[in-house]
Amino acid sequence: MTILDIQHIEKHFGDTEVLKNIGFSLDEGQAMAIIGSSGSGKTTLLRCLNFLETPDSGVISVRGKVIFDAADPATQRENEVREKRLHFGLVFQNFNLFPQYTALENVTLAVKLRQPDKSRWAAIDEQGMELLGRMGLADRASHYPHQLSGGQQQRVAIARALALKPDVLCFDEPTSALDPELTGEVLRVIRGLAEQRTTMIIVTHEMAFARDVADEVLFMDGGVIVERGPARQVIEHPQEERTKQFLSRYSNS
Amino acid sequence: MFTTVIGALNVGFLQTLKLFAVTLIGALPLGLIISFGSMSRWQPFRFLRRRNGRGARILAGFRPISALCRILVWIIRGTPLMLQLIIIDYIPGRIRDHSPWGTGETGRFLASAIAFIINYACYFSEIYRGGIQGVPRGQQEAGMVLGMTKRQIFFKVTLLQMIKRIVPPMSNEIITLVKDTSIARIISMQEVIWAGYAFLKGSHGYSGLIWPLFFTGVYYLIFNGILTILLGQLEKKLDYFRA
Repeated sequence: MTILDIQHIEKHFGDTEVLKNIGFSLDEGQAMAIIGSSGSGKTTLLRCLNFLETPDSGVISVRGKVIFDAADPATQRENEVREKRLHFGLVFQNFNLFPQYTALENVTLAVKLRQPDKSRWAAIDEQGMELLGRMGLADRASHYPHQLSGGQQQRVAIARALALKPDVLCFDEPTSALDPELTGEVLRVIRGLAEQRTTMIIVTHEMAFARDVADEVLFMDGGVIVERGPARQVIEHPQEERTKQFLSRYSNS
Repeated sequence: MFTTVIGALNVGFLQTLKLFAVTLIGALPLGLIISFGSMSRWQPFRFLRRRNGRGARILAGFRPISALCRILVWIIRGTPLMLQLIIIDYIPGRIRDHSPWGTGETGRFLASAIAFIINYACYFSEIYRGGIQGVPRGQQEAGMVLGMTKRQIFFKVTLLQMIKRIVPPMSNEIITLVKDTSIARIISMQEVIWAGYAFLKGSHGYSGLIWPLFFTGVYYLIFNGILTILLGQLEKKLDYFRA
């Protein structure tokens, strides 16, 4: 079943065209990796999905329902946008954990703010602990972000995004700020989520990871989708000249 | 003699403390308003941005509230507090036939309080601005993608990080304020230095006494010592996280 469908997304920053006619759809339980060089528009695309940027044109639908239409201002009202954001979760490149809260508080804060009935908060804490457990961080629940390694911080950030049960979980280069030693533990967690059929869009520079974990790979360059297909096929046997060029740089290094 | 002097200095220092407290109570919130003003993005001529011509484009980007606040801060920080104090004390009385601040010590205190509040609000506003802009944009974005309202993001995410950044420079400014209150002597407000100096000029049956003036320093030292400890404790309390 199609969970996400986006059509004709365009985005300009001033005179620069960052996204040109982007369109694709994603099935429930699928993991899609987006690859491409810096400045190709990958991150902007994720930010558009999370309403951190407003596309200049295009339509975004979730489960068949239009949640954004650039031509229809009624889909862009502040209050509704806030609710629509919850269809998506976003894990940032540099974590953006809230430094004044413990790992568990980071995971539960937004959920508690949506639940005015405090008698239900114990259940929220329980769910938070369970999520941290799935991230292998049960013993780190009461640690503050600065007491955690980068890899642990990113896993807390993943738990925080999962706590709101998004339809689609987005990752913006989740391991780019980590040294290679810590990259593995974050990728293992994402791999685990893929095995549990979590719907995900992962912007990444880890080609082997994209090939092994994603169902589909989408290669972007200069704000357009150059190539899209089954992960193994795109990474190992790319069809487009531009994709071959890009990937050759990775196999050489 | 000693008790007479201490008694007079105590009265003076009480006035010093009053000016200090009133300035803080007024300038802390006013400074926040000025800092929000200087960060205001309101552009009433934005509709001109698609027009041709340099003039139209400059006017389109004009932010009047921000400009006004920044000019105010520039004037207040760019001129001596002593001069501002004299202007606020004298000028309104020149325009009308009597000073709106009232007569005697009450009037002098009111004029001092107004000058100090405006002056310190401008310094505080710059500290607030640094604190607000110092919180990384990613913190707000993280709150947004978690479906928080702007209010929730400010109160639950940004505010405490802001306070943590503000406390050290604010402590500096507050300790400076304790000493700056002595400037009110220029319009003869009867604070502790005025009280000490009175014994040199002649007061309470003594004249030519120099030590009471020097002794006022003890009051400042003790009070600033207490403030330093309190503000240090606040800083320590916020030490449990890094921002």
